[in-house]
Amino acid sequence: MMTQGIPLYYFLIISTLMFFIGIFGFLTRRNLITMLMSIELVLNSVNINFVAFNSYLFPHRMQGQFFSLIVIAVAAAEAAVAIAIIINIYRNFRSIETDKVNEMKY
Amino acid sequence: MDILSLFVVIPVLTVFAIMFAKNLEQTRWISATGMLIQLGLAAFLVFSYLHERNLGNTAQWLFTYDIVWFSSLNIHYTVGVDGISVAMIALTSIVVFAGIFASWEMKYLSREFFISLILLASGVFGFFISLDLFTMFLFYEVAVIPMYLLIGIWGSGPKEYSAMKLTLMLMGGSALIMVGLLGIYFNSDPTGAMNFTFNLNEIAERGIPIEAQRFFFPMTFLGFGVLGALFPFHTWSPDGHASAPTAVSMLHAGVLMKLGGYGAFRVAIYLMPQAAHEQAWIFIILTAVSVVYGAFGAVVQKDLKYINAYSSVSHCGLVLFAILMMNQTALNGAVIQMISHGLMTALFFALIGMIYGRTHTRLINEMGGLMKIIPFLGVVYVIAGLASLGLPGLSGFVAEMTIFVGAYQHPDTFHRVVTIMATTSIVVTAVYILRVVGILLLGPVRNEHHLHLSDAVWWERLSTLTLLVSIAAIGIAPLWLSDMINFSLKPIVERIVAIL
Amino acid sequence: MTNYSYTLLIPLIPLAIFLITGLAGHKFKPIVSGLTGTMGLTIAAFLSYTTAIRYFFIDGPANGMYPQIKAVSTVWLRFTDTLHIDLGILIDPISVMMLVVVTTVSLMAHIYSLGYMKGERGFARFYSFLSLFSFSMLGLVLATNIFQMYIFWELVGVSSFLLIGFYYEKPSAVAASKKAFIVTRFADLGFLIGILMLSFTTNTFDFITLTSTSGPIIAAPAGAAFVGISVVSWALILVFIGGAGKSAMFPLHIWLPDAMEGPTPVSALIHAATMVVAGVYLVARLFPAYALAAPDALHVVAWVGGFSSLFAAVIAITQIDIKRVLAFSTMSQIGYMMMALGVSGYGDHEGLGYMASMFHLFTHAMFKALLFLGAGSIIHAVHSNNMTDMGGLRKYLPITHITFLIACLTIAGIPPLSGFWSKDEILAAALHHNPALFAIGIGVAGLTAFYMFRLYYNVFWGQERHYHHTPHESPLVMTIPLMFLAFAAVFSGFLPFSHLVTSDLKTFETHTDLAVAIPSVLIALVGIGVATVMYRKPNSLPDRVSSSIKGLYTASFRKFWIDEVYQFVTKKIIFSGVSRPIAWFDRHVIDDTMNAVGWLVVTTSERIKGFQSGQVQQYAAVFVSSVVLLVLVFVYLFSN
Repeated sequence: MMTQGIPLYYFLIISTLMFFIGIFGFLTRRNLITMLMSIELVLNSVNINFVAFNSYLFPHRMQGQFFSLIVIAVAAAEAAVAIAIIINIYRNFRSIETDKVNEMKY
Repeated sequence: MDILSLFVVIPVLTVFAIMFAKNLEQTRWISATGMLIQLGLAAFLVFSYLHERNLGNTAQWLFTYDIVWFSSLNIHYTVGVDGISVAMIALTSIVVFAGIFASWEMKYLSREFFISLILLASGVFGFFISLDLFTMFLFYEVAVIPMYLLIGIWGSGPKEYSAMKLTLMLMGGSALIMVGLLGIYFNSDPTGAMNFTFNLNEIAERGIPIEAQRFFFPMTFLGFGVLGALFPFHTWSPDGHASAPTAVSMLHAGVLMKLGGYGAFRVAIYLMPQAAHEQAWIFIILTAVSVVYGAFGAVVQKDLKYINAYSSVSHCGLVLFAILMMNQTALNGAVIQMISHGLMTALFFALIGMIYGRTHTRLINEMGGLMKIIPFLGVVYVIAGLASLGLPGLSGFVAEMTIFVGAYQHPDTFHRVVTIMATTSIVVTAVYILRVVGILLLGPVRNEHHLHLSDAVWWERLSTLTLLVSIAAIGIAPLWLSDMINFSLKPIVERIVAIL
Repeated sequence: MTNYSYTLLIPLIPLAIFLITGLAGHKFKPIVSGLTGTMGLTIAAFLSYTTAIRYFFIDGPANGMYPQIKAVSTVWLRFTDTLHIDLGILIDPISVMMLVVVTTVSLMAHIYSLGYMKGERGFARFYSFLSLFSFSMLGLVLATNIFQMYIFWELVGVSSFLLIGFYYEKPSAVAASKKAFIVTRFADLGFLIGILMLSFTTNTFDFITLTSTSGPIIAAPAGAAFVGISVVSWALILVFIGGAGKSAMFPLHIWLPDAMEGPTPVSALIHAATMVVAGVYLVARLFPAYALAAPDALHVVAWVGGFSSLFAAVIAITQIDIKRVLAFSTMSQIGYMMMALGVSGYGDHEGLGYMASMFHLFTHAMFKALLFLGAGSIIHAVHSNNMTDMGGLRKYLPITHITFLIACLTIAGIPPLSGFWSKDEILAAALHHNPALFAIGIGVAGLTAFYMFRLYYNVFWGQERHYHHTPHESPLVMTIPLMFLAFAAVFSGFLPFSHLVTSDLKTFETHTDLAVAIPSVLIALVGIGVATVMYRKPNSLPDRVSSSIKGLYTASFRKFWIDEVYQFVTKKIIFSGVSRPIAWFDRHVIDDTMNAVGWLVVTTSERIKGFQSGQVQQYAAVFVSSVVLLVLVFVYLFSN
């Protein structure tokens, strides 16, 4: 296969980098859209792991790839819901900055 | 449908009917009708119970009914009554009936008020008929929780504080009871086959290991003791009663506090007699302190409701005290005292509510000479007071004497000495009752605004007379009641004696 | 043998009248209640006389002994198989005697009140309370067991409370009724504990079993002792405390003088003739137990009685309220009866003191009721209780004057009036058993004669006062009871008591002992003589005497400050010393502990609520770092 030459840890490094970039973005950006994008990064880093492990450990089975597909589908649905929520928040608060949206406290 | 479940079903149906009521007029008539039916049913239960006994039915529990409710944990809905529960059911229906008429003029959110009140009553009835510890606990919670709303919404004075305090303390008690009941449940199979049960009788027959008893008896007893105003967990009582509306005080002091005594007897003593025997002395001291302390505490109070609340601490202390003596006469006295105190204190709170409704004060120093102005309420108040200080011919005497004679028959000197200490309360009771009567009712009229108060109207008369007649009936002819209770106590006491 | 079950009617008639007049009295004219009550009591009195005649004279002693008959008995409340409260009727010499006393005096009070209470507000209420009292007192004297006695004991207490506080708008009457109830209640506590102890040792409440010479107390006294005194003695001393409270013995007497706030017929009935002798009756009821099983307790009875008798007589000398003089005189005479019981032995002539005590109880009931009703008649005429508002009344109140004089001579012990005979027997018994008590008895006899004649002269002789309107003799309904009682006071001394009421139910012979009779009559005459000199004509002698013994006079006038002591105990110790601290402790220690628990929860949650900032990213940061931390922990834990 095409990936035969690339060692597994290359994939793991790239997915770890993506994961922590995503976490970093999620924790530091105030904009809800950017936070959503960060979450997508986290999800996709997991997808890369799934696919990579699948083809290295069990190259004749497809479960890992199907899981990735499910994650992508869920991520899409989640993005739709999240954006709907963000739009509603924008309507109510005229802002999508998280530190302005802190009604849910105490 | 068996007859006992009706006691839960009728209040629930009444509640549904009240939901469709349009105004105060309809609400109160529906409530009154429902509770009148309930009273009739209770009378029917008493008669059919006595009839069964006369026919020679010696089973410990009558009218039993059992369905599986949650089979994997072996939880059943089991009901059944013996003489003690029949007596308590009769008490409850009388007090609830009188309570409805005492709150005849409840104008603020009347539907919700009557709904909560009757819901509470259904919990109490459920508690008294249950033979399954789980169902019993469920009904217990049903009875305790509406109290928060009833005091918090319809109360007076610092009502939120009182309601919160009362609910939290009782919930603390409930938590102890819950742990105790689970402890009993998980120790209910000495064979080790994990065949646990919540059924009261099965547990009593199987017996609980003594090590478990030692741990769970104090929990259960204290848990129920909180509701029975056991020193030093009684302080919810003065504040709670003072803030509660009339009918709620009546129900709470008259019936709900009896759940404590009844539970302590049915669960703590009946299921765990060995530990009770070992640890009784601690609680006997606490209850004796309750008895005397409550009475002395009542002597200097200025608010009518506080006086009565402390008096309840004293009288309910006597119930727990007698229960701990664990002999037949004292236990009999405890049950009679529960009934007698229930009726007396309900009557007191009803009268206090009626007096407050007229004078708009509960401080005795602001009133005086009311006997001349409102003779009906005055005379009833005096009679209630005399019942409370144990005048022969009224129920208090029967109860107290049975307790004292029973407790003094205890072979142990310690118990007899404590009994003598507890008897001193009869003098202190006389002091605080006569103090109130002297200031409130007798003497010259102290406040000129009170000169034109009107005497009791028909629903007030009905409410007070229902209670008064019951008090006098027990006081004049106590033998049938005492025999009915004795008959049911016999197997219980015999079992306890056999175990010890 | 007669069937005595009809005697059930004697207490039940007043009960029925109480219920009728109490519940429906306000529907009729007041006089209807009065007449119904009087009629009922007449029937009850008639039945009592019939019973007495049958019991003593027709049936008489069987085999030389009066029988003790349980005419009626029914279980009222069952404690255990052996302990149960029965309600019933016990017919024996003392109960029959008391039936006569109670119904007679009660009937007189009923008739008298028709005139005395005429036009009062609450006339019907008064009569219903009187009926309640009569019922309770009759139940008490007929009791078959000690618990039945306790029941009716409490009921007479409450009827006394209601009647003392009859004028409930008067603060002094309210205070007096409260005091009477609480003091006797305190004594009843002793009675109750005594009953509990007796029932524990003997396992019975029944009087016949308790006093039977082969019964559990006497034949086999329990060995257990406390402070060197047997349990039975302790129990009987406690029972006696109950009796001492009701009978106003020192130091539980303080309620009696104040009880005079009640209407005068009530004082005559309850606080002179019947209820206050209940204590004597109680000791007499249990007398065999006292005499044979607990001689220590009997000594207590004797000395308390003797001391009270002297104490009260000294106070009576200086009082100026005529009802209070009579109240202290009552206390003194009851002390006499107690003393007589205390010096008595059991059986035959040894039991002289017992017989004398019952005899004196009987005669005293008659002459003291007469004195009180006479005093009522005087008060009715001059509208004051105060001796200083009276004087020279003999012209205006001839019948009252004569009957009052008879009563005074009777209580002073002048032969051949009834008081002489009964007092003589008491002194003879005292001389026989305890010379010190005999000396007290003789002294009291002299004091009694003195203070009674002081009263008599101050009211009927002495200086005439200025009256708002001319005093006039009371109506016939009031004077007839006076005359009847005067008749009884004169002649009841001739009843052969030693053939009727004795300690062991057998009869014995008595004869007048001149060694006792002569000094007692002499000292009475001296007392009368001194009183005549001092008070017959207005002069300055009383003032000079009182100022020469100022300290003693004040002490007596202030009743030896016993009231103040009680005031101190109740106000300072019970209220301020116990109750207030308890109430404070409850509010500020126990309740605050509970509040502190609540406060702790609230404060803790205040502190930690900062975590809930509403900043999503802060939550996420905590979440992520915690996960990382957990991962590290688990890696460390499970890696090796």
